[in-house]
Amino acid sequence: MINSVPIDYYLWLSSILFGIGVVGVLYRRNGIIIFMCIELMLNAVNLLLVAFSAYLDDPAGQVFVFFIMAVAAAEVAVGLAILVVMYRGIRTIDINVLNRLKW
Amino acid sequence: MVAAAFIPLFPLLGFLLISLNVNKLQKHVAATVACGAMLAAFLVGVYAFFTTADAVQIDLFTWIKAGNFTSTFGFLIDPLSLIFILVITGVGFLIHVYSIGYMHDDDGQNRFFSYLNLFVFFMLLLVMGSNYLIMFVGWEGVGLCSYLLIGFWFKNQEYNSAANKAFIMNRIGDLGMLVGIVLIFIYYGSVEYKDVFNSDASAPITLITLLLFIGAMGKSAQIPLYTWLPDAMAGPTPVSALIHAATMVTAGIYMVVRNNVLYSMAPISMEVVMIVGIATALLAAVIAMKQNDIKKVLAYSTVSQLGLIFVALGLGAFTAGIFHVVTHAFFKALLFLGAGSVIHALGGEQDLTKMGGLRKYLPVTYMTFLIGCLAISGIPPFAGFFSKDEILAAAFEHNVIFWALALFTSLLTAFYMFRLFFLAFFGNERAGEHAMSHIHESPKTITIPLITLAVLSVIGGFLNVPEVLGGHHAMANFLGIQEHEAGAHHSIELIMMIITVVLILGSIFIAYTAYVKKNDVPANASDLTGAQRVVANKFYIDELYDAIVVKPLYALSKFIYKFIEQLGIDGIVNGLGKGVVYGSRGLRFFQDGSIGYYLFVMVVGIILILGYTINW
Amino acid sequence: MTLNFFYFLSFLAILAAVMVVVSRNPVHSVLYLIITFFCIAGHYVLLNAQFLAVVHIIVYAGAIMVLFLYVIMLLNLNKESEPHKSTLLKIMATVCGGLLMIVVIGSLKGTEQMVEAHTATGDISLVKNLGKVMFSDFLIPFEVTSVLLLAAMVGAVMLGKSEHNNS
Repeated sequence: MINSVPIDYYLWLSSILFGIGVVGVLYRRNGIIIFMCIELMLNAVNLLLVAFSAYLDDPAGQVFVFFIMAVAAAEVAVGLAILVVMYRGIRTIDINVLNRLKW
Repeated sequence: MVAAAFIPLFPLLGFLLISLNVNKLQKHVAATVACGAMLAAFLVGVYAFFTTADAVQIDLFTWIKAGNFTSTFGFLIDPLSLIFILVITGVGFLIHVYSIGYMHDDDGQNRFFSYLNLFVFFMLLLVMGSNYLIMFVGWEGVGLCSYLLIGFWFKNQEYNSAANKAFIMNRIGDLGMLVGIVLIFIYYGSVEYKDVFNSDASAPITLITLLLFIGAMGKSAQIPLYTWLPDAMAGPTPVSALIHAATMVTAGIYMVVRNNVLYSMAPISMEVVMIVGIATALLAAVIAMKQNDIKKVLAYSTVSQLGLIFVALGLGAFTAGIFHVVTHAFFKALLFLGAGSVIHALGGEQDLTKMGGLRKYLPVTYMTFLIGCLAISGIPPFAGFFSKDEILAAAFEHNVIFWALALFTSLLTAFYMFRLFFLAFFGNERAGEHAMSHIHESPKTITIPLITLAVLSVIGGFLNVPEVLGGHHAMANFLGIQEHEAGAHHSIELIMMIITVVLILGSIFIAYTAYVKKNDVPANASDLTGAQRVVANKFYIDELYDAIVVKPLYALSKFIYKFIEQLGIDGIVNGLGKGVVYGSRGLRFFQDGSIGYYLFVMVVGIILILGYTINW
Repeated sequence: MTLNFFYFLSFLAILAAVMVVVSRNPVHSVLYLIITFFCIAGHYVLLNAQFLAVVHIIVYAGAIMVLFLYVIMLLNLNKESEPHKSTLLKIMATVCGGLLMIVVIGSLKGTEQMVEAHTATGDISLVKNLGKVMFSDFLIPFEVTSVLLLAAMVGAVMLGKSEHNNS
């Protein structure tokens, strides 16, 4: 059952999802959307990890996915908190307004 | 005998004690420490003098060891250095005592004493060192102290310029000396006196001795490097007496005598020394005739006398030279201190045209000054007579023309010294009312050194009485330097002496008629005409140096400043700065702070990295 | 059957992902993203990783996306307020994404041979096996993760705290 789908397919699917995430990050200016696109990229990676883990009979890959989820949860919590603070400060979450990173 | 090694320690300790507590010590404590250090050094010197039979070398430690170069830190105690030690510490002690009175009202008194002690330390190092390097250390050290003391009243810009002038002129000489020392090391493989003098290695001795003599020219104020000494009178008068008359300026003479072995092997150098000496002696004596500043007269007199001593050295009469150094130290210190006493009494007045008639106000100074003038003029039986006669005798033997020139210098000396003396102590009272109102004889700390030095100026000549007068050349025997034996007949020598004394008395008489009988008051330099004006302006030597050395140097500096400094170096530095500014303006677009832009760059970077690693 | 299912899920996931990027309203983006996550969960089931599929739905769809929605509501961002971006930027973003996709695929090329040499039993994804690995080989990372979560929580609270209360 498992091997009925070639691993290449998962490779393509993950890459496409990852690419869409990258396009989103580059294209959108809304901080929240960018965050979502980052989640998308993380999930693309997760998917590939699970696929390889299943195809290679190695549980470590799935444990990694588990950890990535934990990290992602933490990241989202902190990141959204930062966005809230930022919004409180400058009344927007447009990242192009944040052009003071050079200081 | 080892005790001699401790002599420099006393002034060094004195210097450290005073200079480290310069603001804390009370004035009389500092003065006591300084004088005590000098007295202790002098007493140890006397002890060493009487216990030393022969030259002794005391090696303290290995100072520098690099490759095949070794230099020990050691002292050479021999008759020559002992004489200098005694003169330095003895006269130095008297001048220290004198300074207590002279510098009493000065805020910088403690600083003054610390410099004086430091000077004595370096001077002792100079004459006691057992190799050229230690001598050079002392040589530079006394130059430094001279600089510090000339510019002692540093709030006066002119005094600072004088200090700079002295320092720079000395530096020119020191360079020659340093090159000479390096040559000595190259050819002899050692800088120790004993190795060099006993070596039979072949070396360009003429070159070496000439280079060393350049150093002596600077330090002992000979043509062409003499102009700093008259300017050095900017320092306090005790400094002029100690450094610029009695001790430091004789360092060049010490150096030549110390190297008499080398100089004896280099006849050309001897000729040079002699010619430079006689030219300096004459020139300075002529200039001194027309100077109106009491200290300037004495300064030119010092230059002239040093020139005379170099004549003796050039003739190979080393003992006569050293003898004259000793007597000169006595009477020139006496004259300077006497002048200082006059200046002190008149509240800082140095102009001879504003003195006169001081005889009855300053009796002690008057008497001692008279003795000093008689001594320097060479009237028997004062000290100068014996020493000057030795030199004249040596000159006569070599060449009658030299003898005549030296004699002429002596006549000029007698004239200008008595001109100064008569102008200051006889005639009308020309000082201002303010100065006359509080005129007073100087305190005991000033008069006692004066009297002591006067006594020394009287009896100093008997150290080395010539055979013709029943003496035994005591100093010559003590020094034991190989020199050309004086072969003149005693009768000729005696006739010469009489001629000399008569002529000197004659020139004193001329001075007497001019300045006492006719009551002549010398005019200012600007009021004179013709040759007199040229002389009063010191033959425009300073202006000449200014025109041929200083001005071109300034012009060169300006050129270098304009083209190399401003265009070259500034251009590079500013160009670098501008380049960085413009570069960063360009680079700033990579750092414009926009997150979107950063993300793009990051992704492109990742693409490039991954693309590079792919196995296509 | 499995392959068809895979195609369907993949198509849906990519479509939803594209919609995430292009939809103007942030709330719509969140909803599309949730669809994508469900599709990915479906892929997990296909890969016999049921435990991860469940965890995935709980964590992402249940927690993270709710958090997103909550922030959007909090900041009142559910408006199509984003200004239009230039076409050049659009093209550049797409080209960059496409290039990145290609180089990722390129760098992962050759892994399929590695997989073909292997015959998978498919039971490693069971909770029992995963638990064994996680609590033996990965025990320390697991514990550290708890510290990380705690730190993130403290950080979020600190950041979210109103500045007026500080003073």
